[in-house]
Amino acid sequence: MIVDVPRFVAAGRPYWQELESLLDRLDSGPLARLSLDEVRRLHFLFERAAADLSRLTPQAEPETHKYLESLVARAYGEIHETRHTRTKLHPLRWLFRTLPRTFRRHGRAFLLSLAITCVGVLFGALALTFDSEAKAVITPFPHLLEDPSKRVAREETGGNDTLEGHKSSFSAQLMTHNTNVSIFALALGMTWGVGTIVLLFYNGVILGAVGLDYVRDGQTEFLLGWLLPHGSIEIPAILIAGQAGLVLAGALIGWGDRQPLVVRLRAVSPDLVTLIAGVGLLLVWAGFVEAFLSQYHAPVFPYSAKITLGLVELALLAAFLLRSGNKADHE
Amino acid sequence: MTSRVFRIRTPEGVVFSQLLAGPVVRFAAWFIDLMALSTIIGTLGKLVALLGLLDEDIAGAFYALVYFAMSIGYGLAFEWLWRGQTPGKKLLRLRVVDAEGLKLAFHQIVMRNLLRFVDSLPFFYVVGGVASAISPRFQRLGDIAANTIVVRLPVFAEPDMDRLTECRFNSLRRHPHLEARLRQQVGQEGAAIALQALLRRDDFEPTARIELFAELAAYFRSLVVFPDEASEGISDEQYVRNVVDVVYRNRKS
Repeated sequence: MIVDVPRFVAAGRPYWQELESLLDRLDSGPLARLSLDEVRRLHFLFERAAADLSRLTPQAEPETHKYLESLVARAYGEIHETRHTRTKLHPLRWLFRTLPRTFRRHGRAFLLSLAITCVGVLFGALALTFDSEAKAVITPFPHLLEDPSKRVAREETGGNDTLEGHKSSFSAQLMTHNTNVSIFALALGMTWGVGTIVLLFYNGVILGAVGLDYVRDGQTEFLLGWLLPHGSIEIPAILIAGQAGLVLAGALIGWGDRQPLVVRLRAVSPDLVTLIAGVGLLLVWAGFVEAFLSQYHAPVFPYSAKITLGLVELALLAAFLLRSGNKADHE
Repeated sequence: MTSRVFRIRTPEGVVFSQLLAGPVVRFAAWFIDLMALSTIIGTLGKLVALLGLLDEDIAGAFYALVYFAMSIGYGLAFEWLWRGQTPGKKLLRLRVVDAEGLKLAFHQIVMRNLLRFVDSLPFFYVVGGVASAISPRFQRLGDIAANTIVVRLPVFAEPDMDRLTECRFNSLRRHPHLEARLRQQVGQEGAAIALQALLRRDDFEPTARIELFAELAAYFRSLVVFPDEASEGISDEQYVRNVVDVVYRNRKS
């Protein structure tokens, strides 16, 4: 059947334009909503446009056909979307319930992330034990190549504040750098987890090599006082980013899951966003602590106070991740 | 690069398709966004320089944070606020949509933008470009992870039938029985080709235009033979116009 195109367009145009204007309203912003009557009207207009589309063959009027397809496609997304979407933000509920519960839901991935880092730490320590020259190869930061005792002596007696006048910018650089690394750890999950594993392992290697270097030199107290205040937050944050990368890799590989790839990825996607947002928050805190506290040593800040602070932070973080929203788990 | 479409069948049984955006046009949209982002960051840099007169440290921190937030948040914010479009995509009439045709969720937008970190490796989106080129739905890694695709938005151009046929005498109408037979004989595809040829006739080269309408007129003449007086003295193009008028026009109007 050849449709009488001008009459067909003239008859359908008012309805198409009405549908388009309703869709434009919905497109005007992420929080745009329609009233119940408008939703009913949208449904009617969608069905009418879909019926028009089925009557019109692409050959009869390609442009009109394309236009109707575009309208039906836009309306289809609005009508058939069944996923729950929150219209209001609940930052406290997200922080104290969603984030820790998501962390716990993927606890095995976190343990794997921790295990890979621990293997890296062991490798770094062993590498330095058997070859002291390895320090120059493993450590990417020039200031860590210095002899630990000399650095401690210099920082404890020198008294010159190298960060004076640069604390804020240093803090911002730490936050952005660490967040970049974390996002990489997540994104590299798309390499079936290989990139994430390499990144976690390499972080562990650096940590192991630097740690052993200071311990061997008798500077354990300085090391703990220097690393714990920010590291007790920063290192778990990187581990959680690795956890997210491994969750992504798990969904991509689909071990023991017979669902299609699209379904698996769709299922983990909100959790990945939650985890990486949590990592971002932790790194903001770690950045502040590193710039304004970690770089100051005894006698400015006693090591015992710094170590205690680091341990308290770690305990609080562990309690938060393992206990917060626990009641909701059983609901 | 050939254009591809993705099709969805609604529960009502209606099938619709959308044209997928290929890697080249997506790269062009990204380049426009890159220019826009550079301009924004450059302007902010100048404002921060003024702030630096008051406190250099705070200005440096502010710039580092804003630069970071802009570089990650540009695509994320625009795609959320503009429902899958950035300025570059809007300019080139592209839109990010859910790969199942559903509404784009916020977490999908975040995922596809965070995965840019891998797609942009090692430089200029080489990884993303290669992934997109070999993907059946032109998806970069971020699109695969977020289950999104990028489609092209059509421009609606209503066919101007009056422009084709107004104030012109149609000699074929003098023979209603042949006219009816012509309507019966002309297939959908033939009629559509003739209509499109007339709508786009100004786009053709003169020689190509003459050849095209000669071929179409010969085809329609072969379907139904009208008496000589019906086609005498009119050009091939006019003959095709008369055929389109017969096939498409509402007889009652």
